[in-house]
Amino acid sequence: MQVVKNKSTDDAAPREDEITPSLLPIRREDFGYTQARHLLWRAGFGGTDAQINKLVSWGPDKSVDTLLGFVDAAKRGGTGEFDPIKPDQFDKDIMRPLTEDERREQRRAQQAQDEDTLAKFREERQSRERLDRTQVGEMQKWWLTRMIETRHPMQEKLTLFWHGHFATNYRTIENSYHMFMQNQLLRNEAAGNFGVMLAGIIRDPAMIAYLDNNDSRKGQANENLAREIMELFALGLGNYSEDDIKEGAKALTGYTFEDDTFVFRKTNHDNSAKNILGQTGTWDGDDFVKIILSKKACARYIMRRMYHFLVADVPPDERGGDKNLDGAQQKVLRELGDMLYSRKYNLQPVLRRLLLSKHFYDETIMGQQIKSPVQLVVGAVRSLNTPVRDLTILNDALDLMGQRIFFPPSVKGWDGGRTWMNTSTLFVRQNILAFLIAGKKPQGFDASANTDRFDTDALFAGVPEDSLVAKRDPAAVAMHLLKLSLGSAPDHGVAALQAFMKSRENKIDQDTLTGCLLLITAMPEYQLC
Amino acid sequence: MTNAAFTRRSLIKHGLLMASASVAIPAFLDRSALAMGEMLGDLSSVPGVPDEHVLVVVQMSGGNDGLNTVVPAFSPEYYRLRQGIAIADKEALSLDKKQGIGLHPALTGVKDLFDAGLVSLIQGVGYPNPNRSHFKSMDVWHTADVTATGNGWLGRYFDAECCGEGKGESGTPESNSQAGPPGIAIGRTAPLAMEGGVIKPVAFEDPSLFKWSAGEMDKNLASAYDELNRRDDMIAGGAVPSKKKQTNAEFLVRTSLDAQVSSDLIRKAVAKKPVTTFPQTDLGRQLSMVASMIKAGLKTRVYYTSFGSFDTHAGQGGTNGRHAQLLKQFGDAMKAFYTELKAQGNDSRVMTMNFSEFGRRVGQNASQGTDHGTAAPMMLFGPMVRAGVMNEHPSMRDLDEGDLKFTMDFRNVYAGVLGQWLKADANKVLDGKFKAMDVLKG
Repeated sequence: MQVVKNKSTDDAAPREDEITPSLLPIRREDFGYTQARHLLWRAGFGGTDAQINKLVSWGPDKSVDTLLGFVDAAKRGGTGEFDPIKPDQFDKDIMRPLTEDERREQRRAQQAQDEDTLAKFREERQSRERLDRTQVGEMQKWWLTRMIETRHPMQEKLTLFWHGHFATNYRTIENSYHMFMQNQLLRNEAAGNFGVMLAGIIRDPAMIAYLDNNDSRKGQANENLAREIMELFALGLGNYSEDDIKEGAKALTGYTFEDDTFVFRKTNHDNSAKNILGQTGTWDGDDFVKIILSKKACARYIMRRMYHFLVADVPPDERGGDKNLDGAQQKVLRELGDMLYSRKYNLQPVLRRLLLSKHFYDETIMGQQIKSPVQLVVGAVRSLNTPVRDLTILNDALDLMGQRIFFPPSVKGWDGGRTWMNTSTLFVRQNILAFLIAGKKPQGFDASANTDRFDTDALFAGVPEDSLVAKRDPAAVAMHLLKLSLGSAPDHGVAALQAFMKSRENKIDQDTLTGCLLLITAMPEYQLC
Repeated sequence: MTNAAFTRRSLIKHGLLMASASVAIPAFLDRSALAMGEMLGDLSSVPGVPDEHVLVVVQMSGGNDGLNTVVPAFSPEYYRLRQGIAIADKEALSLDKKQGIGLHPALTGVKDLFDAGLVSLIQGVGYPNPNRSHFKSMDVWHTADVTATGNGWLGRYFDAECCGEGKGESGTPESNSQAGPPGIAIGRTAPLAMEGGVIKPVAFEDPSLFKWSAGEMDKNLASAYDELNRRDDMIAGGAVPSKKKQTNAEFLVRTSLDAQVSSDLIRKAVAKKPVTTFPQTDLGRQLSMVASMIKAGLKTRVYYTSFGSFDTHAGQGGTNGRHAQLLKQFGDAMKAFYTELKAQGNDSRVMTMNFSEFGRRVGQNASQGTDHGTAAPMMLFGPMVRAGVMNEHPSMRDLDEGDLKFTMDFRNVYAGVLGQWLKADANKVLDGKFKAMDVLKG
């Protein structure tokens, strides 16, 4: 079977009259501050005043191409020329299996009931597990830093999407390096080819361990991986039967790993004929993936998941379908899904179409998404230029807000949308912003509060040097800060900020501006992007 | 900018309360809630005690070993399969001589309450085709649905009551004599059990963190913050026809409003410590806060606490050890809780329900621990409960692949608690007919 070609296919663009009207590209004159700001938030983690203005001057095409530029950079040199990932970034041997010698020694100790030696092995194991937990903590900080600093925010944003899509929890697999390897796979294909990614996933040690495929053998096929590929990773409910899962599980038998390397164990593989989604043959795991990719339902399902993440967090209906979307949205999804299919699962051209479409900048879309915790924290640093202060505290806050990276709550990933919000998480959200902006902790201040102060000048980077009004007039300042932080300047916000500035005798200094930002980031609207 | 930005009148003006059948602004959002917050005194004598019923849930997370909680001392199989961790007959605190069962010796607190007629011990509780995943089985208990889908059972109760559809006595929009959100969970996240389609629970772990931290930096900041978060102007502009149509922006304004109001009430309430000394344990701390909130007269109907972990796969211990410590924490905290409630004069208002997502296997494993099992006892507390040992102990011989067979579906208990104690329509809330167990004194 030859369904997927890895080669990027760059067909001529479809004729305009074939496109759903709302998927027609946004006109350059309609691409202003609000639209550019929206693009930066959704395709990345927001941008500064200067970056927003830059995109406006570029217009939509150049802006989108720049954001998606990492795909070509990745093709040239691994994961992108600007942000190389060192192969020795993390220790790959912490959780390595025992060597032949060590295993022999352990066996001998077991037979001889040599308790001292066995205790030594136990302690060694426990100390490795401790080290590995430390390493996964370092990895969280590393990824958070990368999201904050990268010149390719969309690559990290999409990697985060795939992390929630192919959700794997460190707590189950207890191997930080495998999480790192999976993270690399997701990053490499973030806007590359979904087929390549899916073929990579069935060979990914972290996923194989997480869904128990390492225990799957002929006659005792474990259905976990086959089930989740069909239900959550590639097809969605209603597009397969229980028998397809059983047969798919047989195809995946023998797909396992040794240390950090994928291994196909022929002796454990079920070589019998299987009927998967109506196709019969002696399929193996790679055939299983190809058969799934040959279904249009797969492309549509992937598009739906990406749309949910990037465009509108409308939860799927009870059957996992699109009933909660309006007619226009369903049409857009169908067309983009079909495009992904005809482009042989290459994501870049489809994402380009989406990010340039009128639909993406519709009023019902802009400013209506609830920020994920990562989006909130990384976005605050990237758009407001706040100090980072303490990555450990940021990580803890992400956990409290319900998004601990490398620890998604289940194989379903994060539900997102309104499930992020309750009265408790709302305060954490407001308070982590107060921490970033002012170094304020629930009790007292962080040590960095005085040494690393929030640079309020950068908030006006897009304002011309000589525009004293914009920097000195309370009303103009309020409008500017609100537009930058919220995308719009609602009346109640302007009034509250003006009242606050007045209480400080309209002295627009660093403290006043810091106070204004504390207030804006505690507004309900700040949770949206 | 008006200060009284979210008066009942303004909510009605914007069509929110008018649409209460489908949208339902809970009573605690009323402006009077804040006013009441100022007035709430100690409700320490019976004449001042409101008669609304309260349910407190104590969840044992991780799968409590029911067989070492209520010990089947009658069973030779128990001692044969649990050499090393079994509780000897003479160690157990005898509950029922005829049945030959007793409590784990660490549960002296529960035994005292039992002897005082405050405990209903329901044996063999479970559900069909038990799931042995913590995650899944906990969801089954939280949703009261064996497929573990949908909203939480207490959330559905709030939804039904708040919207004027139920016949129960909680949180109808017009009853505003006291204040407080309908459900409060102690913990960093609200449990699924309390998630309704319309009503969302309030959750907090540490009351000192349950507020905007920057408010204390500058009083002008604090007052501006109040203005920005206590308002309904964003909801203005028309009725919200149903929760599906509510925009994210409107949803966030609602959540902010809930948070601000609850924050004030809850922090004020828990600042007043109970007169009883509670044990310095996780559960002791949680129940002490619940006692304070009940004393402060919050109109909250359900409080949710949880502690653990009861996932004792290795080195569980017998009369002493890890499991014993957890049980002691439970018993001592429960005893302090009811001692305090009695001193407040609130004990007859408060029923407590205890459960875990599953029990553990009958036979111990090779690590002196126990693995995930099925049926286990549940306990109800309070002077109103039908005291004593309810239901038969599940057979120790007729096992299902080494696991106990449940003899009581937990939803029969839920149905009793909902219908008899919370006066709700249990069939509606549970979305099915479950024969209600008699949970109250006859």
